[in-house]
Amino acid sequence: MTSPSSGEAVAKPAPSGLGWLPDQRVLLSIAVLAVLPWLLPSKALAVNVLIYGVVVMGYNLLFGYTGLLSFGQAAFFGAGAYFNGIAIGRYGVPWFVAVAIAVFLSTCLAAAIGVVSTRTRGIYFSMVTLALAQLVYYVALQAASFTGGENGLRGFTVDRINLFGLSVNFLDPVNKYYVLMGLAALAMWFQSRILNSPFGAVIEAIRENEQRARACGYNVECCKLIVFMLSGAISSLGGCMLALHLSIVPLDILHYQTSGMIVMMVLLGGARSFFGPFVGAATFLILEDVISLWTPHWQIFVGAIFVLFVLFLPKGIWGTLLDVLPIGKERR
Amino acid sequence: MDLSLIIMQLLSGIALGAVLVITALGLTIVFGMLGVVNFAHGALFMIGAYAGLYLASLTGSFWWGLLLAPILIGAFGMLIEFLLIRRLYGRSIDDPLLLTFGLSYVLVEGVRIVFGSDGIPFPTPPQLIGVLDLGIGFFPRYRLFVILLVAVVLLVLWLMLEKTRVGLIVRAGARDPTIMQVLGVDIGRVWLAIFGLGVALAALGGVLAGPMRSVNPEMGSLVLAEAFVVTVIGGLGSIVGAVVAGLMVGVSISLVALFAPEMATIVMFALMAVVLLIRPQGLFGVKGRTA
Repeated sequence: MTSPSSGEAVAKPAPSGLGWLPDQRVLLSIAVLAVLPWLLPSKALAVNVLIYGVVVMGYNLLFGYTGLLSFGQAAFFGAGAYFNGIAIGRYGVPWFVAVAIAVFLSTCLAAAIGVVSTRTRGIYFSMVTLALAQLVYYVALQAASFTGGENGLRGFTVDRINLFGLSVNFLDPVNKYYVLMGLAALAMWFQSRILNSPFGAVIEAIRENEQRARACGYNVECCKLIVFMLSGAISSLGGCMLALHLSIVPLDILHYQTSGMIVMMVLLGGARSFFGPFVGAATFLILEDVISLWTPHWQIFVGAIFVLFVLFLPKGIWGTLLDVLPIGKERR
Repeated sequence: MDLSLIIMQLLSGIALGAVLVITALGLTIVFGMLGVVNFAHGALFMIGAYAGLYLASLTGSFWWGLLLAPILIGAFGMLIEFLLIRRLYGRSIDDPLLLTFGLSYVLVEGVRIVFGSDGIPFPTPPQLIGVLDLGIGFFPRYRLFVILLVAVVLLVLWLMLEKTRVGLIVRAGARDPTIMQVLGVDIGRVWLAIFGLGVALAALGGVLAGPMRSVNPEMGSLVLAEAFVVTVIGGLGSIVGAVVAGLMVGVSISLVALFAPEMATIVMFALMAVVLLIRPQGLFGVKGRTA
């Protein structure tokens, strides 16, 4: 059952002369995602890989490329989902406007949390992001009239997607997958664009040596805040996708266990690589799917596997593969 | 709102804060010495509560549970350091954090397998049931006991760190492990012991919290966030900071609960944000290390 993920991971690059591959990473990633529903055992699993892939990709900007280990990414994932659901359900906004509003508001939230948390460094940053994300969780729990509290947000369903004169039945799992893939493709293009820009080089410089980046004249604090916001924006788009997909937003999405899951996914797949987040999300979700077939205690196995990855395979599946393949090291 | 009610609520807050102090202290001591933040601290707190409950029912006495659970779980913590965390020294500072996070998954799920997912009531020891008349109001005996016990533990820890040879080695090791090795101290053994101590404190916090909260596999995740807030406010690695911030957080939670109950869960995070904006290194933290 685990073969789809490893098969998909191995299938993409052939063994030699592949220097051109990184330049086409967005198109290649989209190509792999386009065939994903037909490789995985269920369409629902494929949709989840897509959604969590986008969330983890946004997080990778922060952790993989800038080296900031945040434990609070669930706040933006959840905020995207909640804002999207509230905009559609409470205010009757069309879905694509709701997505835009949700991403905007989540980015504002990321700015607020970022202002406090990027003042700290190292382990402190991890603890502070965790605590502030828990604050968001409790606010959502208390503001039950807006968020539905413990029951989660309900009462919004998108059954048809209307865009550019086209009307698509959104309840059909295949249609749903490809509509959401359009959003994922947008996120991937945006992420690739950030990484290719001079700003992308600066954040990697901060990761490699913060003091030297500062000495070169870069405003490290400002860059960290911007990358925190960009990362939150991309992850919140994943949240919007989840809300559109499920038609409910469970409160658990904001809990720090979700943040932890995002961290696990990025490490399983491979931080610092463009496609690693999708590999990590697929690995995690397939493991969950397969192991929960024969025991409800799948977390004990996933936790143990994660511990083994930290000890013996810190670059993750995709990152380790990229090391073996003859691809230019600087751009992946 | 009369004064005696506020004073009683203040005492409640101190009892709440006392458990936080013990738990956060474990976290902060381990960080100060090893430079490791233990993300499994909350899970070990929870396991401590279960161990205390199990040992108390096995021996028929709460007191054995209170004594043995921290020792056993502390030994278990030393095993974790020896088998897993030791391998990560010298690697990225994030790695032990990630490893202990994965470990917390395993521990929480392990407890679910053994004890089930439902909460279990933790009976208050018979000697401490009921309330005590303090003249201005009635206060639960058990909470008073918690305050006193934590005060004793803090005193013992302080004497150990400041007045003994072992404490001297520990303090010096926190400042410069390399020099300690040059002087012939086996720093690996000191780290092992300190990690065990940190975990034992988490377990002690768990046993003490047992009769005040219900015992369930998820109790650790809330505690972890609380312990983080306390250590961040106090300053990571600072023992005085953990004590002051723990009491501060406990008292503010319980006072806010009196006036605006719906804000009680939020107030400590707000407190943390304010402290960070003014003093990013925490109240008693040393600048340069973490902020």
